[in-house]
Amino acid sequence: MTDLLASGLTDFVGDAVDLQVQVDAIGLGAIFALMAVGIGLVFGVMRLVNFAYGQLIMAGAFAIAFASERDWPVWAGIALCFAVVLALSLAMERVVFRPLRTQSAAVMLVATFAVAFLLQSIALLWFGPLGKTATSLVDLNRPVSVGGVDIRKITIVAIVTAAVCLLLLVLLLNRTSIGLHMRAAAMDFSTARLLGVRANLVSMVAVLIAGALAAIVAVMLTVQYPTVTPTYALQETILVLAGVVVGGMTRLLAATLGGFFIGYMSGLLGGALPSSQSQYLPSFLFGLVILVLLVRPDGLFTRHRGLVERV
Amino acid sequence: MTSLVIRDLEVAYGGVAAVRGLSLSVAPGEIVGLIGPNGAGKSTTLHAIMGLVSARRGEIRFAGESIRGRAPEAIARAGIALVPEGRRLFAELTVEENLRLGLAARPRSNGTDADLADVAGLFPIVDEFRHRPAGVLSGGQQQQLAIARALVAKPAVLMLDEPSLGLAPTVVDLVFSTLEAIRERGLGVLLVEQRAQRTVALADRTHVLANGELRLTLTPDDAADTDRMVAAYLS
Repeated sequence: MTDLLASGLTDFVGDAVDLQVQVDAIGLGAIFALMAVGIGLVFGVMRLVNFAYGQLIMAGAFAIAFASERDWPVWAGIALCFAVVLALSLAMERVVFRPLRTQSAAVMLVATFAVAFLLQSIALLWFGPLGKTATSLVDLNRPVSVGGVDIRKITIVAIVTAAVCLLLLVLLLNRTSIGLHMRAAAMDFSTARLLGVRANLVSMVAVLIAGALAAIVAVMLTVQYPTVTPTYALQETILVLAGVVVGGMTRLLAATLGGFFIGYMSGLLGGALPSSQSQYLPSFLFGLVILVLLVRPDGLFTRHRGLVERV
Repeated sequence: MTSLVIRDLEVAYGGVAAVRGLSLSVAPGEIVGLIGPNGAGKSTTLHAIMGLVSARRGEIRFAGESIRGRAPEAIARAGIALVPEGRRLFAELTVEENLRLGLAARPRSNGTDADLADVAGLFPIVDEFRHRPAGVLSGGQQQQLAIARALVAKPAVLMLDEPSLGLAPTVVDLVFSTLEAIRERGLGVLLVEQRAQRTVALADRTHVLANGELRLTLTPDDAADTDRMVAAYLS
């Protein structure tokens, strides 16, 4: 018995340090990090947890499947995905977020739940429970050999895309005046408005950037999971939300690291667990989340509030 | 004429009137003081002008247009700047970033570099500490930054909510001499202060507020008349 357990543990550890599992986990972490940025950016500026973020990704994935079933060129599918997700994001901001901006966080969260289920039901009506298949980009699942390790192309694409997106976002936030306005709004919205920062504009930009990231995530997820159903990306969103909370909700970098962390752990555990036990993966992850929140309720990657923050 | 005119203003918090029947005006190149005990409605008046609280009755006009009911950012962009009580700086942002946020109220970005340099001339600390987080500055330095941030917006009317609160005497001197310099540039200033005597001496006229109502108006000549000042507070 002990021998069996020991050998199982050795296999587990052996799989976890396997380079291929590591690279795949980093790729998944990169996608989750982008989702975390999308959720964290909107939370930062509007203090709104957008539970419907996963449904934006779902809508984008359906757009790709729609184009793929009609044999549209790849670029047209991606363009449709962006158009659908951005239009939905704008509509959400105008119809739900903006009128509710002065309401409590709980009201806004419940409203985003409603939006999430609404979009999910619409998808169910239009596409049915079995969904559609997006096959236009599946070639990216082919591996390339890098230094003796087989790496799927999508993993490389995901890591590079995430790095470029994060870099662009950092430049936008730190080098442009709209970026400065967004950071100020995230710290103290009412003082920012007092100085002339336009509330509607910064909210809209935050929602649009989050939407663009959702579209990018939709493209990359459909490569790995080509079957698009109405509950597409739902579990990923819940995991990312957990990751954002674990990282530290109030700081974008911390939230991003939290998203990456949970994606990475998810990839690592998924690669290391025997496939017969992979259904326990979410239980492991949420157990980890509870543990982290018990030990560090402010988040894993936040500093303790110092003097600097109390003016 | 870009003056601020308030007529018969009434502001209430949940049915309780905080300001009643208040009328005042601020013309370019003029300092108007607003003094009175705590809870008299001084800050509420500034908040109502800025659109942070809604007025229940009365008129708020700026440059001939009604601005009552507009959003705070619209009022800031129209040309009214508020230096809020407690300064409300962004502690984690650098001094320069805080200053640049003041530019948010300007519809166009022409001439901003010259104005940033101009403000740095008025407050040398702004330039000296430009790359430090605003949160590490001393109280007096933060107050200077807060005023500088309001000035780069190029407002026609500058409102200040107790700018001398908690500052060392030398810094209070600096704040008051800065206000004189600002007046000379043709800005209108609405100054809420606890330092009654200094305010009365500086301002073209000073309104005394008590229980949300305007009790009397003092001129610089009254500053030396201590009895009248005390009576104004006790009335």
